[in-house]
Amino acid sequence: MLRVDGLHKSFDGFRAVNGATLRVDAGSVVAVIGPNGAGKTTLFNLLTGHLTPDRGSILFEEREINALAAHEVCRRGIGRTFQIANIFPKLTVFENVQVSVLAQQRKSLDLFHRASALAVDETSAILKDTGLLGRARRIAGGLSHGDQRILEIAVALGSGPRLLVLDEPTAGMSPEETAATMALIVRLSRDRGLTILFCEHDMDVVFSVAQSIMVMRQGRTIVQGPPAVVRANREVQEAYLGVNDA
Amino acid sequence: MGRVAAALAALILFPLIAPTFYVYVAALILVTALLAMSLNLVLGYGGIYQFHHGVFYGVGAYALALAITKGGWSPWIGFIAGPFAAAGAGLLIGWFCVRLTRLYFGMLQISLGSLLWTIVLRWYPVTGGDNGIHDIATPVALRTVGGAYYFILAIVALSVAALYLIVKSPFGATLQAVRDNPQRCGSVGVDVRRHQLIAVVIAAYFAGVAGVLYVALERSVFSNMLFWVLSLEVFVMCLLGGWYTFAGPIVGAAIMVALRTFAGRYTENWTMVIGVMLILLILFMPEGVLGFVLQRLRPATAADEG
Repeated sequence: MLRVDGLHKSFDGFRAVNGATLRVDAGSVVAVIGPNGAGKTTLFNLLTGHLTPDRGSILFEEREINALAAHEVCRRGIGRTFQIANIFPKLTVFENVQVSVLAQQRKSLDLFHRASALAVDETSAILKDTGLLGRARRIAGGLSHGDQRILEIAVALGSGPRLLVLDEPTAGMSPEETAATMALIVRLSRDRGLTILFCEHDMDVVFSVAQSIMVMRQGRTIVQGPPAVVRANREVQEAYLGVNDA
Repeated sequence: MGRVAAALAALILFPLIAPTFYVYVAALILVTALLAMSLNLVLGYGGIYQFHHGVFYGVGAYALALAITKGGWSPWIGFIAGPFAAAGAGLLIGWFCVRLTRLYFGMLQISLGSLLWTIVLRWYPVTGGDNGIHDIATPVALRTVGGAYYFILAIVALSVAALYLIVKSPFGATLQAVRDNPQRCGSVGVDVRRHQLIAVVIAAYFAGVAGVLYVALERSVFSNMLFWVLSLEVFVMCLLGGWYTFAGPIVGAAIMVALRTFAGRYTENWTMVIGVMLILLILFMPEGVLGFVLQRLRPATAADEG
């Protein structure tokens, strides 16, 4: 579904992403791991059109998406969340998701209908799926941190993605919230047939959920494969797991 | 709805009881209120720093004035064409400005708007330069203060209703999302620049409507309508009234026009009164006058917006 080859991106001479490769098969759950500064977030920003790569190719469903803007990437079918909760704080929970659904239905520029009457069923269904329906009328900025992160996923779902890219979906969450969030992600993958790409610091989470793991270091891909293969890789053990598994 | 109907009824009856001068001031407030509300579509709902909104007001007014005096057009056609000329200027200036964000958007707009102002000021044979254009042959029915007042009231009421529907439409809802978080809007598939550009064009159109209504009232145009100082005043009206409320700019426009008219009788330095009011406002009512009042009323009348 997604194929990334030889991807490069530099900022003022600093090579943030320096030859990354990645394979994501349709329907799978893929994790990207690596120490802080390994280039995970930059990689995700390149995949979703927030940054343009210097070199390399990004093929999504056999079509190159290197040069597309963020909103064009979204329309191709890639939704994403951000490392820090990135929502519309002044709008209600319902409106947050509705904006996304309206964009997906190409109604964002509609001047002649009442927004409050549109996309109500689709929005409610997503809120129900993510367990936010009871808080639909709350102002989003007033939600707990954990709920804001869940809302981010709900907003991303509103655009009807086939591939969902999650940048540290459980950052800053309690163990209970982390477990609930990962259960939600697994359920979305199973029930909706969503393909999921995420990065995460918690190794237990990664190795229990991901079917394929890609390890990055200094902007470069060391290895990608099933958890057992990655765990057995010597370079990975030296570079990363040995330090963090203690 | 009840309060809107009551306000409209009061405005319809006002000329029957008030002296002509006050009817004139009320008409001026209505025109200015529409100008401020059109700015607030981009400023309050779009979070776009439209620093030179007055340009579109001026373009609308000059387009009508020139259509009548130079083009020999029917004034009624001019009334329709003026706002479209303003929208065209909005498209032209906005096309450049939406490539920048926040303050840079505003700075570029001041530059491009000032360019238009300079053209109007220097092109004497066409625009009359700093003399402006006077005794414009507006329709006879509008040449009494009462006639002009009712014409202005009708058009302003329709325009405000249209602006309200736009704010409540999917476009308006998305515009508020763009204001809160443009980056997130991009990643849910909203073309942020195009959305902002359309908002600027719509706002320019309604500023142009206010511009032609000014001509209906004054039968004159002045190059000052395109000067940045007027744009600043309109900006202040939005802040003064409350830019997170729909009707706030009306309150702001009423305060500013009334102050200029009545404080202006006693002192030439009426802008000092505005200055003191602004300082007090920033200290005690950062949400604006209407925002302040609505906050106090909220427990009693939940979720009711002006």
